[in-house]
Amino acid sequence: MARKIIIDGKEIEAEDNLTLLQACEQAGAEMPRFCFHERLSVAGNCRMCLVEWVGSPKPQASCALQVKDIFPNKDGTPAKINTNSPVARKAREGVMEFLLINHPLDCPICDQGGECDLQDQALGYGRAAFHRFNENKRGVEDKYMGPLIKTVMTRCIHCTRCIRFATEIAGVPDLGATGRGEDMEVTTYLEKAFESELSGCVVDLCPVGALTSRPYAFAARPWELGKTESIDVMDAQGCAIRVDARGREVMRVLPRTNEDVNEEWISDKTRHACDGLMRQRLDRCYVRRNGKLEPATWTEAFAAIAARVKETSPQRMAAIVGDLVAAEEIKALKDLMTMLGVVHLDCRQDGAKLGGRRPSYLFNTTIAGVESADALLLIGSNPRWEAPVLNARLRKTWLNGTFHVANVGEPFDLTYPAAQLGNRIGVLDALADGSHEFASVLKNAKRPMMIVGMGALTRVDGGAVLKRAARIATETGMIGPAGSPAEGGWIGFNVLHTAAARVAALDLGFLPGKGGRDVAGIVDGAQKGEIDFIYLLGADEFPADKLGRAFVVYQGTHGDLGANNADVILPGAAYTEKDGLFANFEGRVQEAERATFPPGDGKEDWAIIRALSDVLGHRLPYDTLEGVRLALAQQVPHFANLGQVPAHGGADPAVWNAVGTDGPLDNTVPLASAIADFYLTNPIARASRAMAECSRIYVHRDRKMAAE
Amino acid sequence: MLSDQDRIFTNLYGFESPALDAARRRGNWDRTKKILEIGPEAIVDVIKKSGLRGRGGAGFPTGLKWSFMPKQVHPDRPHYLVVNADESEPGTCKDRDILRNDPHTLVEGCVVAGFAMRAHVAYVYVRGEFIREREALQRAVDEAYAANLIGRNNVHGWDFDIFVHHGAGAYICGEETALLESLEGKKGMPRLKPPFPANVGVFGCPTTVNNVESIAVTPEIVRRGAEWFAAIGRPNNTGTKVFCISGHVNKPCNVEEAMGIPLRELIDKHAGGVRGGWENLLAVIPGGASVPLIPKSICDDVLMDFDSLKNVQSGLGTAAVIVMDKSTDVVKAIQRLSYFYKHESCGQCTPCREGTGWMWRVMSRMQQGNAKVEEIDLLYEVSKEVEGHTICALGDAAAWPVQGLIRHFRPELERRIAEYRGTAMSKAAE
Repeated sequence: MARKIIIDGKEIEAEDNLTLLQACEQAGAEMPRFCFHERLSVAGNCRMCLVEWVGSPKPQASCALQVKDIFPNKDGTPAKINTNSPVARKAREGVMEFLLINHPLDCPICDQGGECDLQDQALGYGRAAFHRFNENKRGVEDKYMGPLIKTVMTRCIHCTRCIRFATEIAGVPDLGATGRGEDMEVTTYLEKAFESELSGCVVDLCPVGALTSRPYAFAARPWELGKTESIDVMDAQGCAIRVDARGREVMRVLPRTNEDVNEEWISDKTRHACDGLMRQRLDRCYVRRNGKLEPATWTEAFAAIAARVKETSPQRMAAIVGDLVAAEEIKALKDLMTMLGVVHLDCRQDGAKLGGRRPSYLFNTTIAGVESADALLLIGSNPRWEAPVLNARLRKTWLNGTFHVANVGEPFDLTYPAAQLGNRIGVLDALADGSHEFASVLKNAKRPMMIVGMGALTRVDGGAVLKRAARIATETGMIGPAGSPAEGGWIGFNVLHTAAARVAALDLGFLPGKGGRDVAGIVDGAQKGEIDFIYLLGADEFPADKLGRAFVVYQGTHGDLGANNADVILPGAAYTEKDGLFANFEGRVQEAERATFPPGDGKEDWAIIRALSDVLGHRLPYDTLEGVRLALAQQVPHFANLGQVPAHGGADPAVWNAVGTDGPLDNTVPLASAIADFYLTNPIARASRAMAECSRIYVHRDRKMAAE
Repeated sequence: MLSDQDRIFTNLYGFESPALDAARRRGNWDRTKKILEIGPEAIVDVIKKSGLRGRGGAGFPTGLKWSFMPKQVHPDRPHYLVVNADESEPGTCKDRDILRNDPHTLVEGCVVAGFAMRAHVAYVYVRGEFIREREALQRAVDEAYAANLIGRNNVHGWDFDIFVHHGAGAYICGEETALLESLEGKKGMPRLKPPFPANVGVFGCPTTVNNVESIAVTPEIVRRGAEWFAAIGRPNNTGTKVFCISGHVNKPCNVEEAMGIPLRELIDKHAGGVRGGWENLLAVIPGGASVPLIPKSICDDVLMDFDSLKNVQSGLGTAAVIVMDKSTDVVKAIQRLSYFYKHESCGQCTPCREGTGWMWRVMSRMQQGNAKVEEIDLLYEVSKEVEGHTICALGDAAAWPVQGLIRHFRPELERRIAEYRGTAMSKAAE
C-alpha cells in the first residue's frame, strides 16, 4: 500500500514499508544520517535525520518512522513533512554540535578523511563560524578488535552500526557497548579479535574514523586512488569489488553493491589479501638450467618450451588449470592443447568428481534465491569458510523466517543453528530412501535446498556422493518447476565451489578427453615417467612437488608451489591486472577489470598462450581480447551474457539421473573440510602479510588471552 | 482535605500489618470476583470515566492506555501487564510505601487491570535498591497464591500469574520501553516508538506498562464507582494522589491527598510547614527531580495537579514535592540533578549522551560562578537542543530543571558570576 505524504511541498506516494527517511530521499531530499543503514536494524540513536512533521510538537527521527505510521492530518489532507525547514535544520545543527563536541579535531591524521560522513555532514550542518564548547573533550582508550581493524575510539560517535552488523549480519556477537551515558564505549568486551570472516565490513560501515582498516593505515588518501570496478576471485562467489590503486600498487579492495551476489559485503580475504599482489611476484621469465632457475627472456623461455614439446608425444603431455585464472586463458590453453592433440587436461586440482551437464555443477538456487528457501541440507560443506558472504545470506534467510538446517560433515559454527547429522557419509543413504527424520523435514518444506561442498565431492567416492545427493534432491522435491522463485519455479540442488576459475573451466570442458587422465592420474603418471610434459596455468593447489622428472611449465603470478617445481616460468597477470571473465558458482559470468599493470615482464595470460602457440607452430585464431571472447561465446554462448544466471529449465529426469556415478559410499572415512585455513587458500592470500597474521590469530590461535 | 473514608491506601504508614488478613480487613480483595464479572470493557470504561491519569509522571489517561490493547488475544501473542515499580525519580517514595505496607492493593490491582486488558501474566519490575520492598511484595504475592486469589484455577475464575522481577538499579529502566528491554534480559535502553508497547511490548507481545500507584488504585475505583473518584479533585485532574514531601519541611512525609490541593496547604497541613516558616521558602520542585522548580511567588497559590502546574511551566510529575528554604544553594541543587542525569543517561542517543554531560559541566562552573554571563544563554540553548530531540524523555527530564533554574533564578546566576569575577580580579590585583 502506498500513502500520500507532502515532503518539502512536494506530494509523493510512498510505499508503507519504507521508512520516512527513504520516502524523503525518494522525494529528492538529502537526508543526513549516521546510524541508519538499509541492511541493519533501525537504531534511531544518532538523531541526525530529524525532520519536522507539521503539527507534531517535536521534530521526528525520520529513520525510525515508517511510512505507515505517518497518519494524515485531521482534515484528511496528507501529512506535511519538512526536511529543510528552520525547525529541522536547527534540530540537526544541534545534533551535529553534540556529535562534534567530543569528537577529536584530528581529521588531518585520520584515515577516514575525505570519505567521512561526519566531515561531509559537518559542512552542511556544522556551526561554521564559532564553537562554544569550553570543557575538556572526552578521551577513550583504543580497543583491540583483531588484525584488520584499527580503532581510534575517541572518534566514535556511538552509532552502533558495527555492533548491529556483528550481531545481525555476521552472527558473531563479539562487539557490544559497555558503560552508560557519555561513558558508553564500543568494545569487544574482552579485548579479543572480532571473530568473523566479514569483520572488515565494520570499517565500511563506520561513518567516522573510529574503525579503520589496519593494513591500510596511513597508506593513502582516497582522492589519490584510481578506482576500478571489478570482480573478486578469492572464492567462487564473484563478489563485486572496487579496486583502489595508486600507480602500480593496489592499495585496497572495497565492496560494491550487487544485490544478486554480495549485497554490499565482502570477506576479509577479498578485502585484505590485496597486499599479496605485491609480494612473491613472478615478474620475469625463468628457465631451469643445470637444476637452477635462471632469469630468461620470453624468447628463451618459449624456445625451451618449444624444444621440449617437439620431442614429446601428445600422449605424454598434460595441462592443469588453476583456481584464479580467467576464462580467456582457459579457452586459449584448451584450444592450444586440442591442436597439439593433448587429452590429459584437468581443472579440478582438488579432485572433485564434477563434470557433465551444467546444472549438475552449479549453485542452481542462485544466491538471491537462497532467501526463498525454508530448509537446507549441507553435505561436506562449510559455507562460512567456503563463501562467507553466501553464509551471511543463509543467516539472513534463517533470521527472516523458518529455515531448517542440517549438516552432514564436520560440525562447525555456521552462525545459525544446524542439526548435526554426523560426519559419516553413510547417512546420505538414509536421507535418500526417506528413512532419516531430516528427509521428512526436507519433504515437508516448500522450498528445500541442499549444498554439496568440495569436502564431499573431492573424496574418492565423490561421484557416488553426487549421485546420492541428486537422488535426495529429486526425492525431496528440490527439483521443482522451471523459472525463478518469484515465478513459482524452484531448484534446490547446489554445488558450492571454492575456486573462482572452476565453473568457467568446467563450462569450457577443460576435463580429461578420451582416455585422458585427471589430476591424480597426471601426478601418478609423472611419477611413473608416463607423463613428460606438464603445463600448469596458475595451478598451485595440487601436489606440484610430486611431478617426478616431468618437464613443468608454470604460467602464473606468484612464486608458490607450482613455480617452485617448474622448469620454465612464464609471468602472468593477477586478477587485478587484466580484463578477464569469471563465472561464479551460480554460473554468472562477470568481468574483472584491469586496475594496474602486471609487474615487470608479466603479460596478460591469454596473450602469453597466444604467443606461445605461434612458436609451437599452432597459431591460435584470435589476436585480440575481443577475438578470444568471441571464440568463447561461440563455444559457450552464455559467456556473452554478462551478469546473467541461467534460468532453471525444469525437472528433466535425463539430467538428474545422469548426475554422479554409481558405487558404494565409504562410511569409514569421515568427511573433512575442503578448506584447512580460510585465510591461506590461494597464492595471493599466501603471499599476503595481512592474511598470514589473520591465519595466525584466528586459525592457529596464537594470541593468548589476557588471563593466561 | 481528603476525608479518611476516601483514602485508598489505608495502611500507607504501616501502622497495621501488610499481610493478607489485615489487608482484607481494610477492604482489599473485597468482592474482586464481582468486579471481574462486569467484564473487561466495563472495567476500562469505569477507569476512563473516573478520569484516572497515570501516576508515574506523564499523566496519560490510564483507561485510554488500557483501551489501546487489542480486543482479541492472538493465540501466539498473549497480553502482558507490566507494573513499573522502578521508582527512582529523586524525591519520590510513594511506591516504596505501597510495596512495603499496602502490597495487596497492588496485587489485587494486577488482577483487575490484567483482566481488563485480557492478560494472564503480570510482571512487577521492582527497583534494584528496593530489596525489602521486593520481599514484602513477594510475600503478598505468595499469600495471594496460597489463598488461591491468583494462580491457576483461582477463586476469581481468571487464571493469573504475577512475577516479581528485580531490577539492577538503573534510573533509565523506569522508562517503560527500557524497562521492557531490561525485563527481557537486555541492556536497559529505551526503544523507538512506534511501535508502542500495546502493539509490540515485552517479548514482542501486546503489553501495558503502568505505575504501581495507577494499578493499585484501580480495584477501589471500580468498587466505589467512577463517580466517587471523579468527584475528588478538579475536572481532568481527578482522584487522590500520594504526595511525597521532602526537603526543608518540619515533617517530611508521604500523604494521600486529593488532586488539586493547594501546595501551601499540602505543606502546612501534612508536612508541618516549611522550616522557618512559609516566608523562609525559596523554591519547590513540585514533581520529582525532572520537573522545573517554581519559586516561592508561584508556590503561594499554585494547586497541585497536572494542569495547574503545567500552566506555571512546571509539572506534577510523580508528585514528589522537594521543598528548598532560603538556606539552599539552589544552583548547587540543580547542578547535582544535572550530575544525576549525566550519570543515568543510557548513552544511546546523541543529544542526551553528549548534552547531559555538557550541561553538568557548565552547571558545575556556574555553581562557582566561574563562567561568563553569555554562558547562561548558552546553557539554556543547549538544554533546548536536548529537549525533544531524544528517543525517550530522559533528555527532557535533564533539560527541564536547568531551564527552570534559568527562568527563575537568572539574577542569582549573574550575581555569582559577577562575584567570582570580582574575587578573581581582586586576587589578581594583590
